[in-house]
Amino acid sequence: MTDTTTATSVQVYRVHIRASAEAIWEAITSPDWTDRYGYGGRVDYELRPGGAFRSYANDEMKAFGAPEVILDGEVLESDPPRRLVQTWRMLMDPDNEPEGFTRLTYEIDPQDDGVCRLTLTHDLTNAPRLSLITDGSSDGEGGGGWPWVLSGLKTLLETGSPMQNRS
Amino acid sequence: MSDDDRVFKALADPTRRLLLDRLFARDGRTLSELEADVDMTRFGVMKHLRVLEDAGLVVTRRSGREKLHFLNPVPIRLIHDRWIDKYTERRVTALTDLKRQLEADA
Repeated sequence: MTDTTTATSVQVYRVHIRASAEAIWEAITSPDWTDRYGYGGRVDYELRPGGAFRSYANDEMKAFGAPEVILDGEVLESDPPRRLVQTWRMLMDPDNEPEGFTRLTYEIDPQDDGVCRLTLTHDLTNAPRLSLITDGSSDGEGGGGWPWVLSGLKTLLETGSPMQNRS
Repeated sequence: MSDDDRVFKALADPTRRLLLDRLFARDGRTLSELEADVDMTRFGVMKHLRVLEDAGLVVTRRSGREKLHFLNPVPIRLIHDRWIDKYTERRVTALTDLKRQLEADA
């Protein structure tokens, strides 16, 4: 038996959301939406290949000593409202910075009955510290990672109100 | 069957929980790799993976000629947010109140 032990450092997250592809795209790329779910913070996307991506700390994060810019990266592909590929780096913890940029792919696929499938693929090659935050397995300051962020995104889009719990 | 029903059904089987634990330990495995971990025929493992995929707990991606299986923890998180929080909230609040009271007294 061939056991190909290619230790993958890719994380794949998928959620079905009762919303249009356009609404989901908006919730990912526009600052008025991104501050209302997950860790919050207002994003700034230049939606073209080579465009800059940044996310800014909100007051709550600043109170915890977060820097002004908490995430940065570069847009690699932008095909609204279906596909967004970008590099992504978290600047919350200086210890994580040497791991550099990782790669995020958002895919929005409309299904039947007004439901869309959102698949988030996070390539965390050479970023073992960050991967413990994004997968939600580290308790405490790491929060709930992508599972929690996507759960919050689903709740916000489907109910119009943010999820109650903030951790 | 609702999404939650599919998740609970998928989790209600020890082999399927074992497969999820294997993917939790190392994600992105081929069928052959998963099969090696379980004392079961290839067909049996495929059937269990199918149930996990239907519940959204496993997502497959092609990588060259291989089909890789990834653990998707989001459905479990959704159940957590929908069900678990609801029943643990009151207890946590009571503890928070107690902490505040004790610290105020100190």
